[in-house]
Amino acid sequence: MSLAPTNTRAARRAPPPGLANWMDRNLRWVFPAPAMLVLFLLTILPLAFNLILSTQDRSVSDALPSTFVGLGNYGAALKDPRFWNSVRLMFLFTLMSVPLQMLFGLGLALLLNRNMRASGLVRALVLLPMISTPVAVALIWALMMDPNLGVLNYFLETLGLGRSLWLADSRLVVPSLALVDIWQWTPLVSLILLAGLQTMPDEPFEAARIDGASPWQVFRFITWPTLQPAIFAALTLRLIDALKTFDIIEVMTQGGPGSASETLNVYAYHTGFEFLRVGYTAALLTLLLMIVAVVAVGVNLLRRRA
Amino acid sequence: MLFPFAWMIMMSLKTQVQNTAAVPVWYFTPVLDNYCNVIERNNFLSFTRNSLTVALAATTIGMVLGLPAAYAIARFRQRGLGLWILISRIIPYITFLLPLFLGFSKLGLIGSFTALITSHLIITLPIIIWITIAFFEDIPSDLEEAALVDGSSRAGAFVRIILPLVMPGVVTAGILAMIFSWNQFLFSLILGGPATKTVPVAVFNFLSYGSQDYGAIAAAAVLITLPIIVLSLTVQRYIVRGLTAGGVKG
Repeated sequence: MSLAPTNTRAARRAPPPGLANWMDRNLRWVFPAPAMLVLFLLTILPLAFNLILSTQDRSVSDALPSTFVGLGNYGAALKDPRFWNSVRLMFLFTLMSVPLQMLFGLGLALLLNRNMRASGLVRALVLLPMISTPVAVALIWALMMDPNLGVLNYFLETLGLGRSLWLADSRLVVPSLALVDIWQWTPLVSLILLAGLQTMPDEPFEAARIDGASPWQVFRFITWPTLQPAIFAALTLRLIDALKTFDIIEVMTQGGPGSASETLNVYAYHTGFEFLRVGYTAALLTLLLMIVAVVAVGVNLLRRRA
Repeated sequence: MLFPFAWMIMMSLKTQVQNTAAVPVWYFTPVLDNYCNVIERNNFLSFTRNSLTVALAATTIGMVLGLPAAYAIARFRQRGLGLWILISRIIPYITFLLPLFLGFSKLGLIGSFTALITSHLIITLPIIIWITIAFFEDIPSDLEEAALVDGSSRAGAFVRIILPLVMPGVVTAGILAMIFSWNQFLFSLILGGPATKTVPVAVFNFLSYGSQDYGAIAAAAVLITLPIIVLSLTVQRYIVRGLTAGGVKG
C-alpha cells in the first residue's frame, strides 16, 4: 500500500523538528486536550454555572439585579406542589414505559435471535422507530391519537371498544405518552439484548439439551444469567433517558392538559424559557440531575448484588 | 410496529377531505399536493439548508477535535476520558442549555449559526469519539511503530498512516453525528432564530400555530425522516453504539 513511499520520504527527512518531537512525547494528552477542553467548556462549566445560578434569584433579563438566596430556590421547589406533581409524573411515565420496554425488548431479541436468516432486513426495520426524528415521531402519533379523526380511535371502535380522548384526557395522557416511548425504544432494548445473546457460547445450550432441560429451565439457568450484563446496560440506559424525556412530551402535549403530563424536565423548561425564572429553573435542573444520578447509581448497585 | 410509518406516508399522499373523513380512507389515488405545499409555501428548503449547515459544521469540527482524542484514548488506554464521556450522558441537556443561553445572549449570538453549531458539538463530539475509539483499537500498533522507526513523527504517522486506515470508522461516525444533529430539537429550539431555524423546530412551530392541515403535517414528517432512514441503513451496525454514546457500557 502507501506505506512504502511514505517510509522512504520519511527516511530522507531530518529527524522530527522540535515541535513534532515535543508533540510526540506528550501525545497522550496533547491529542485529547482540544476535545476535552471543548467538552469541558460546553458541559462541565455550564454545569458548575448552573449550580451557581441555582443559588440566585435571577431572571433572564439583566435589568433586574440578581441576589444571592442560598438554598432558597431548593426550599421553594420542595414547597411547590407543581414540582412534586412533576416528579410524580416523571416516575409514573418511567414506570409505565421502561418495564414494558424491557419485557417486549427481551421477547423481540429472543425472536430475532432464533430467526437469524431473516434478521438482516428485520434488523433494519427494527431500527426505524429509534432513528427517526423525535419531532416527526411525536407529530405522527399526535395525529393518530387525535380524539376526533385519529386512526387509533377508529381501531378501538372497530374492536367494539369506546373512543378514547388519548392526550386530551388528563388520566390517559401519561399512559398515551408512555405508549409512544415504548414503541420508540423497545427496538433499542432488543438490539442491546440481541448483542448479548449472540456473544453466548453454544456449549451450555448443547449440554442442557442433551441433559433434557425444558425450554424454561434453559432460559432460567443459562440464558438469563449470561444475559444479565446486557439487561442491566439496557435498563440503566432506558431509565436515564425515560426520566429525562423531553421532545415527545413537549411536542405532543406541552405538559398538558393543565399540567397532567408535565414531567420535571418539561416543567423546568417551562419555568426557564417561558416564565424566565432562571434561578429557580437551575435549582429544578440540579434536583433532576440528582434524581437521575441516584437512579443510575442505584441500578448499578443492584447489579453488583445480583 | 411499522404502522405509524405506513400511516404517515398514506396521510401525506391524501387530500384534506380524505384525511378528515370520519372513517379512514384506505384506498385512494395518491396526490403530491401536500409535498408541494410544504416545500413551496413553508420554506422547507431553507430550513433544510439550515439543518444541513449546522449538522455539517458540527460534524466537521467534531472530527477535527474528536479523532485525535479517540486515537489517544484507544492507544494509551485512557479509560478515564472515555468514562467521562459516558457519565456526561446522565446530565439533562437543559442543564447545559440554560447557562449556554445566558452566555450566548450576553454575546448577542442567540439565533446565530455559531450558537447552534457550538451547542450541537455537545452531541456530535462524544458520538464521534465513542464510535471511532473502537476502530482505532482494531489497528495494530506495529504499523505506527514501523513508521516511527523510519523517522516519522507520531503525529505524522497518525495523519498519514492511521487515519486512512480508519476511514470506514470516520464515515460511520460522521453519518451518525449528522443524524443526531439533524434530529436535535431542544438546542435548536432555544438557541436558533428565524434565520437559523432547523427543520424539527420549523415543523414544531407549524403544528403549534394550530395548523389543521393533516396532510401537510404528515408530508413534513416524511420529509424530515426520509433522509435519516436512508442514511441510517448505511450505518446500521453502529447505531446502537451511537445511541449508547454516553450510555453505560456493559
